[in-house]
Amino acid sequence: MAITKRESAALAKRAAEGGGVFEYAPAPESIDHIKIQPRYGLFIGGRMVDGHSKKHFPTINPATEKKLAEVVEADEVDVDRAVKAAGKAFDSWAHLAPSRRARYLFRISRLLQERSRELAVVETMDGGKPIKESRDVDIPLSAAHFFYYAGWADKLEWAFPNRKPRPLGVAGQVIPWNFPLLMLAWKIAPALAAGNTVVLKPAETTPLSAMLFAEICMQAELPPGVVNIITGAGKTGSLLVTHPDVKKVAFTGSTEVGKLIQRAIAGTGKRLTLELGGKAANIVFEDAPLDQAVEGIVNGIYFNQGHVCCAGSRLLVQESIAEPLLEKLKRRLSTLRLGDPLDKNTDIGAINSKAQLEKIQGLVESGVEEGAELYQPECLLPERGFWFPPTLFTNVAQSYRIAREEIFGPVLSVLTFRTPNEAVEKANNTPYGLSAGVWTDKGSRILWMAERMRAGVVWANTFNRFDPTSPFGGYKESGFGREGGVHGLLPYVELN
Amino acid sequence: MATALTLTHLGSLMGGVRSVDEVGAGERAAALAKRSIKKSSKLWALDLAIRCMDLTTLEGADTPGKVAAMCAKAVRPMAGDPTIPSVAAVCVYPLRIADCVEHLRGTTVRIASVATAFPSGQSFTSIKVAETEQAVRAGAHEIDMVIDRGAFLAGDYQRVYNEIVAVKEACGDAHLKVILETGELGTYDAIRRASILAMAAGADFIKTSTGKVQPAATLPVSLVMMEAIRDFVRETGRPVGFKAAGGIRTAKQAISYLVVTYETLGADWMAPERLRLGASTLLNDVLMQIDKERTGAYQSGDYFTID
Amino acid sequence: MDVRKTYKLFVNGEFVRSESGRAYRPDGKVNVPRGSRKDMRDAVRAARTAFPGWAARTAMNRGQILYRAAEMLDSRASQFVDLLGGGARARRELDQAVETLVWYAGWTDKLSQVTGTVNPVAGSYFNFTIPEPTGVVAIIAPEEAPLAGLVRRLAPALCGGNVVVALAAESHPLAALTLAEVMATSDVPAGVVNILSGQRKELLPWLASHMDINAIDAAGCTSDEIKAIEESAAGNVKRVIKITEEERSPYLIAAFMEMKTVWHPIGV
Repeated sequence: MAITKRESAALAKRAAEGGGVFEYAPAPESIDHIKIQPRYGLFIGGRMVDGHSKKHFPTINPATEKKLAEVVEADEVDVDRAVKAAGKAFDSWAHLAPSRRARYLFRISRLLQERSRELAVVETMDGGKPIKESRDVDIPLSAAHFFYYAGWADKLEWAFPNRKPRPLGVAGQVIPWNFPLLMLAWKIAPALAAGNTVVLKPAETTPLSAMLFAEICMQAELPPGVVNIITGAGKTGSLLVTHPDVKKVAFTGSTEVGKLIQRAIAGTGKRLTLELGGKAANIVFEDAPLDQAVEGIVNGIYFNQGHVCCAGSRLLVQESIAEPLLEKLKRRLSTLRLGDPLDKNTDIGAINSKAQLEKIQGLVESGVEEGAELYQPECLLPERGFWFPPTLFTNVAQSYRIAREEIFGPVLSVLTFRTPNEAVEKANNTPYGLSAGVWTDKGSRILWMAERMRAGVVWANTFNRFDPTSPFGGYKESGFGREGGVHGLLPYVELN
Repeated sequence: MATALTLTHLGSLMGGVRSVDEVGAGERAAALAKRSIKKSSKLWALDLAIRCMDLTTLEGADTPGKVAAMCAKAVRPMAGDPTIPSVAAVCVYPLRIADCVEHLRGTTVRIASVATAFPSGQSFTSIKVAETEQAVRAGAHEIDMVIDRGAFLAGDYQRVYNEIVAVKEACGDAHLKVILETGELGTYDAIRRASILAMAAGADFIKTSTGKVQPAATLPVSLVMMEAIRDFVRETGRPVGFKAAGGIRTAKQAISYLVVTYETLGADWMAPERLRLGASTLLNDVLMQIDKERTGAYQSGDYFTID
Repeated sequence: MDVRKTYKLFVNGEFVRSESGRAYRPDGKVNVPRGSRKDMRDAVRAARTAFPGWAARTAMNRGQILYRAAEMLDSRASQFVDLLGGGARARRELDQAVETLVWYAGWTDKLSQVTGTVNPVAGSYFNFTIPEPTGVVAIIAPEEAPLAGLVRRLAPALCGGNVVVALAAESHPLAALTLAEVMATSDVPAGVVNILSGQRKELLPWLASHMDINAIDAAGCTSDEIKAIEESAAGNVKRVIKITEEERSPYLIAAFMEMKTVWHPIGV
């Protein structure tokens, strides 16, 4: 579409008149090539089948509230079929030449890369996350995860010296809605590499990329039953993890549900890994590279609308620099672009669901009531869909709910400290222990702090970085077991 | 001398110069470079890029003829199309100032001259001051000086500071752009320190490079300098301009610089009074992109004059 | 007439009577303190306080202390053989316990080299993973092998820098309570090892539900007990360790550890 000379001249005139506001024109990612089926079945035994359950539920685009497709609410019979299919496939998959298992995983990784654009768009439409994140983070990391674990499939003896690692059997895996495809990759890749077969249940609000993944399994000609994907809500997940033939349970989600699962499978001998909530402290010392720290803080809490278990939701800033840092941070917040997740310039997308939005709103209200000072940049929220502006609370006390509870939204609580010891004490003063951030220019202090953080991941002078080779997981109530790296294989093997 | 700060101020500013995390700055710049600037916003940006451009020739082989052609292009970048604005300035060696004066009389295009033993800066302060005075007398509206990197790297900040103050004084009403030659400074920490130093000494603009040293301007370097400007403005209230120079050849690159400027320094810096892009070959690519947006067809170099 | 020994609980480096004042006679003769939930609470508190200091000891230092414990145990071999009922079987168990301490004493400064990693992440970052102690570990000693069974879990837990609240075998607690004397004379800091005696049925629910215990070793438990422990453990997402009793490996040490991953940019 051409722009006339006259329009161009008008623009030039606007520019010349000193209108320095750089208005980015809409740059929406094209959705022409995306084919979403009106209704999906279940992926069991290598093909898409109708559910035994006749119940379906819609999955919507949280940015528009429009229905994208319907999926099955899998019932007991469906779960049993899926687990049986995985059980049937287990023996031959476990005994397949490990180098063949590797090749299937490499193939899946390649297919994810080949269909990356499609996957990114679907992920964004179904979950509300900005396309720049699904395009640059979720999908490439998912493919990389399969590529990494593919290489382990025929090298397991080197991962566990003096042992002959054996697979466990059928793994029942339940994943959350914040990184649907990436969490699928974190679960399926190590399980398959170690010779297990899986039944995976994606979150009820974001099942579509898993349905595309089912297509990819078929394209890869993965033996039937090695991967099974069933949809549903909490009930379906509960049926899956408690199924007697499931030998291994892997769950990523809230601490509340994690505890229910740990209780539900008590005494069954099932192996369990849990990757649960967090309330990470992001600690900024007075000698920190401030502008990069601001980026790290923003990336820490506003990445993926704050729907991140390891989000840096508590900013601990040394009192001597609190004022300039907050000024920089507030200024930076005003440059965040909230809106259409499919727009390539969008920084903050839609909140994943109405329920999540209400939870965020409730906690933010509690923050105001308890006496914290609210700051939100001027921000126009779209009329339809679920949105929440980037939010920052100052004057927060350790005891406030917003400083203790996981909000899972774009809400930052700012606290101050005076000395390194005080920072450590405040940072660790939480039942969670997933991640922590440290910003300082002093090398010895970085190591001193890293040693003292009771958290599974410590980002020093950076935040929210992920890599398939890098183990991820929590201390304390943030769960147990690691995903990623050689440590990520351990939950999927028997060493005795 | 009005803008130069007392030594007490300098001390507190220097004491407060923070480090820069190289990886973090690089990632931020890379993220900004991924902004998708299309259609009307692209045209607006391209227009601004021209209005902020310092069209440059700095060759030993520059002649009156070469400079005359450049001046013509500077005033009217696209022959027969008055909707395309003039560039902000031309940038030449001191001996070519007179040619510019002749060809730019009555236009809005300003004359910038490099000075102070450009590009190395390895000469006597008295020579640098004298060169500046003569350039201004010859008609330069803007002086692009280089800092003494040797002194800076040797830790003799006072010498660098004093020299900038002296040159600024010699400028009189002419604007002073201080070139840090970031490619020779080694780290972002040093670039940030040099930025603060130049601004404290009275620079109206700080500028990345001479174009004679690789690497010249890069996005992360520019980001680091703009962040220093932001902090300086916060501390002193005096706005300082930014000029990126060297290596900016494509419209796409130019737009990235505009995005970084906009998101770092804000709308007030989106004007030639505060922002310059120094370039010798950028203009034609910008013109081609404008034509592409207007006609919908990709362009050929054959339709744009080489001057 | 000999002077008899009063058996006591070992809490915070001190030998104490049960606050409850109760005792039981597992062998029908000797009075053994019947630890209460309050004794357990005190032990956990002592352990928590001791944790940072013990975890911060150098690996070499922890290794030397474990080795010292082996020395002290071996030097009182005949006493322990008697407590274990005498004979070749008791002697074997004692030897095994000493050997276990020596073996893990040599692991303190190798664990992170074997189970830690440097991870080749994409991008300009240095990234490493190291094992760190999980914190307060509860150990339920098995009724079989009341000395060696306890030492087989105590040693790896201490090796990695954890602190321990152990429940002695209910039917044969004397070896465990005497092991406390070994610990007390081996430079183990106060609170790092706490040993309680008493009734499993009474104390297990309190241990399993205690919010300040990070992990619980249930190798010595029945399947019904494990089920109950796991249900309560969910209250604070405790790690429940069920690796078989015979296990002796860095994998067992690692079961008491958390893997911590640290990222830092590489730049100038």
